[in-house]
Amino acid sequence: MPPKYHIETSQAPNRFPKITRSGIIAWEEGCLKCARCVKKDCIYQVYEKRDLDDRQMLDSLDSACMDCFRCVQNCPNRLIHKGLNPAYRALGDHYWTPEIISELWFQAESGRIPVSGAGYGGPFSGPGFDAMWTDMSEIVRPTRDGIHGREYISTTVDIGRKAMALEFGPGGEIVSRTPPVVEIPLPVIFDMLPWAPPGDNIPLSFLYGARALGTFAIVRQSAINPIIREFLPYAIIYVDGDPGSLHAQMLRSLKIIEVPDGEDPIALQKRFKSMHPELVVMIRLRLSPGARERSLYLIEQGAEVLHLVADEYGLEGGSDPLFIKERMKDVHLHLVDRGVRDQVTLIGGGGIAMAEHMAKLIICGADALSIDIPLLVSMECRVCRRCKEGISCPVGLDDVDPLWGSLRIRNLMAAWHSQLLEILGAMGIREARRLRGEMGRAMFFEDLEKEIFATMGKRG
Amino acid sequence: MTANHFHFPGIKKAPSRFRNALGKYRVTITKACTNCGLCVDLCPYGVYRAGAKRPKASCDHLCLGPSCSKNDFYCTERCPEKAIRILPNPSFEVLGDRRWPAELLAGTWHMAETGTVPHQDLNYKTGNSGGGFDKIRFILPKKNGNGSPGANENIATAIELNRSGDIRPRVTIPVPLYLGGMSFGSVSIVTMLSRVRAAAALGTFCCTGEGGYPEELMDYDDHIITQVATGLFGVREETIRRVRIVEFKYAQGAKPGLGGHLLGDKVTPRVAQMREAVAGSALFSPFPFHSVYSVEDHKKHVDWIKEINKKALVSVKVSTPTDVDMVAVGSYYAGAHIVQLDGSYGGTGAAPDIAKKNIAMPIEYALPKVHRFLLAEGIRDRITIIASGGIRSAYDMAKIIAMGADGVCLGTADLVALECIRCHHCESGRGCARGIATTDGELTNLMELEWGTQRIINMYSAWRAQLVHILGRLGMRSVTELVGRFDVLAHLDYIKQEEVEGELD
Repeated sequence: MPPKYHIETSQAPNRFPKITRSGIIAWEEGCLKCARCVKKDCIYQVYEKRDLDDRQMLDSLDSACMDCFRCVQNCPNRLIHKGLNPAYRALGDHYWTPEIISELWFQAESGRIPVSGAGYGGPFSGPGFDAMWTDMSEIVRPTRDGIHGREYISTTVDIGRKAMALEFGPGGEIVSRTPPVVEIPLPVIFDMLPWAPPGDNIPLSFLYGARALGTFAIVRQSAINPIIREFLPYAIIYVDGDPGSLHAQMLRSLKIIEVPDGEDPIALQKRFKSMHPELVVMIRLRLSPGARERSLYLIEQGAEVLHLVADEYGLEGGSDPLFIKERMKDVHLHLVDRGVRDQVTLIGGGGIAMAEHMAKLIICGADALSIDIPLLVSMECRVCRRCKEGISCPVGLDDVDPLWGSLRIRNLMAAWHSQLLEILGAMGIREARRLRGEMGRAMFFEDLEKEIFATMGKRG
Repeated sequence: MTANHFHFPGIKKAPSRFRNALGKYRVTITKACTNCGLCVDLCPYGVYRAGAKRPKASCDHLCLGPSCSKNDFYCTERCPEKAIRILPNPSFEVLGDRRWPAELLAGTWHMAETGTVPHQDLNYKTGNSGGGFDKIRFILPKKNGNGSPGANENIATAIELNRSGDIRPRVTIPVPLYLGGMSFGSVSIVTMLSRVRAAAALGTFCCTGEGGYPEELMDYDDHIITQVATGLFGVREETIRRVRIVEFKYAQGAKPGLGGHLLGDKVTPRVAQMREAVAGSALFSPFPFHSVYSVEDHKKHVDWIKEINKKALVSVKVSTPTDVDMVAVGSYYAGAHIVQLDGSYGGTGAAPDIAKKNIAMPIEYALPKVHRFLLAEGIRDRITIIASGGIRSAYDMAKIIAMGADGVCLGTADLVALECIRCHHCESGRGCARGIATTDGELTNLMELEWGTQRIINMYSAWRAQLVHILGRLGMRSVTELVGRFDVLAHLDYIKQEEVEGELD
């Protein structure tokens, strides 16, 4: 058994005060100065520790308040109220919601998984990943304790082509060539960002983070400069320029390279592999209705790894786009049908925003995932996308300290890893590899609705 | 005791224990007021109290709001000085969440205070989760006007818990509900006792949860379900012998497949003693039962309980995996009298958010699956199915019964009756700031036992009245007639108002 994978975490404080869902509205006028709110009612000492952040003029009352409403309900002159914070609602968009962003911040700061009291308070279900539930088993599977760790749950996955059988020579020696495979201890690689403030600090944070976690960050060939070059062993170069300029020496410091799907990605794959046979080549493929046929074709031509990407909302290309989870199922099942699924590694990316999305996309057929925006959010990005317009970043991400950034990424991934263990543990599955394609161990909204609710109101 | 002759406890007013109750509207009186006192006399809901300088709108949570304008007692209009303002309460929109929106919280608080359904325009029937119960309605026949007063009086709400036909006692509860396990440690002793005493007054049961059997409960032995869970905290042969129902807890809906975790802060010397543990150190209740790997193992445990207590009924509490129907059949074959299905949106003192949201299915799916499967197996009438995990209102209760449950088990609703605000911070620091889910001495003292007991009695009295009302409208004489009646339900995504005869409620 490999040594137990453990991600070191440490508190990495926010640089900016949190933007919280609600704030305290206290009308000073008419206050009796009875200090009941301060002395008696607030068990969190929010009023005693009150402070003003001088950079942003934010009152610490708002970020420290735990919403118990005791001061609201006990103020003799009823002067204290709570109100929703418009700045919170303005975070992100319909997909990258304020709730997702603030939970990502929490995890990046603390390295802990979000735990709360009382039952789930969100919607019954929703679009995309929110339209499925994962399984659990009551009694009949081996003992496991999730993150409390009585039995080791492995999250390691392999990237590369797999031989379906070994051939042996007359002397019992293996004669078939086994293709190169790269193991990553977490089923996650870091993708290029759809948008980001300029500069080297963000990619450096990613690369530091990838190094610490044992995974890889995809870097554009065109973005390689002397600083980035130092970190090539933790990088996957995305070939967006002249393949000819990638010389053998540079290739030998890489384990994985990514080529765009184009006219003949297989020729490019062969070219790189002839220069460095141990290199794993990934083909980046935009998800689309044609993805299943294209994937099958590429695999038949010898593709090792397909990186199937959706946009930042998890949608494929085309006029009536499917969500990544649906298209991943479609591609996976098609490849299973054709008996080639096990030969290849499928990595899905685009719209992965929460730890649960990892587990769910793997259930829908991915071996691993690529993530992008959550890594930026871990560094306090507010998903305002101003950088896309060339406007300066409100949280100064261009000159973020890469050490701090990588610590935040590490914390976030530690929290995601722990949450993946919870899901696997509840299902009684002890290997992330075995979660792949386990659609029978998930429950889908469409199926359940049809089975249960569509029959209502009818006799018999 | 037959349920038909059960004498239900009386309702007594139990107003908020905080100075300012939270309501949808905020009533203010400006300086123009001459203290004529007209508003105090006019308002039939008691919003105002006379004051020295001017009346105080101290109970504005009882205010009808602007919809009162059609009444001749509308204070804003009648005030000679036009000094009264009724505005939305700004804090109200911050309250609650999608499953328990502010109106459902305030509506439940109203029932706990008064024992009656809210007269204000509060939606006390459903939440705002956009699916499941919140999209399901009863199809009630149009009123034909001959509903004679008192016609609902003989509608039975009792259910039998032992349907197995074995020699163990029959246990009838006069309301189709009992109160679910919340351990001593996760909630205060006052909360625990309030629930137990309310359950006793209502002739039903309250489960201890996995945290031992505090001696204060011993006066109520006949109304207690004691829980045997994976940590076996506080489980003794002696406590198993005290009670009429023993519950085996395999999993909990909010954290299915995960163990329990009581943070060290909450493990006070008293809690530690009860659980035979060390004060201050966190307690883990593992998952799953380390001695149960098969239905045969499960049967062995059920037999063990039955052997220790020859009169007890055995209940099995499970979560809602894909094969929940098989789990239920397994419990039946092991000899359980009751199978309790705990849906994934149920309550907890602390659980990872990822588990609450994603693992296992909501009770609205699981319950019908099990009901239909047991029907097909021909054993549905030999076992009692109790639904829990996300039952928030009398309407949820009635709906899940119509979807196949015999009755329901509740927890969060009780806490809301005790003025839980769903801040989701039960787990942090000293525990609940409102003195409900805490073991901190000072915070525990925020609540009085008599008050807590009465609040819960009031709320469930209002629930029972609503259930009787629904049964009456459906022309049923007993809640047992409602079980599995999918035909009286409509899901708004699949049926439109035009397609049904009757009104959707």
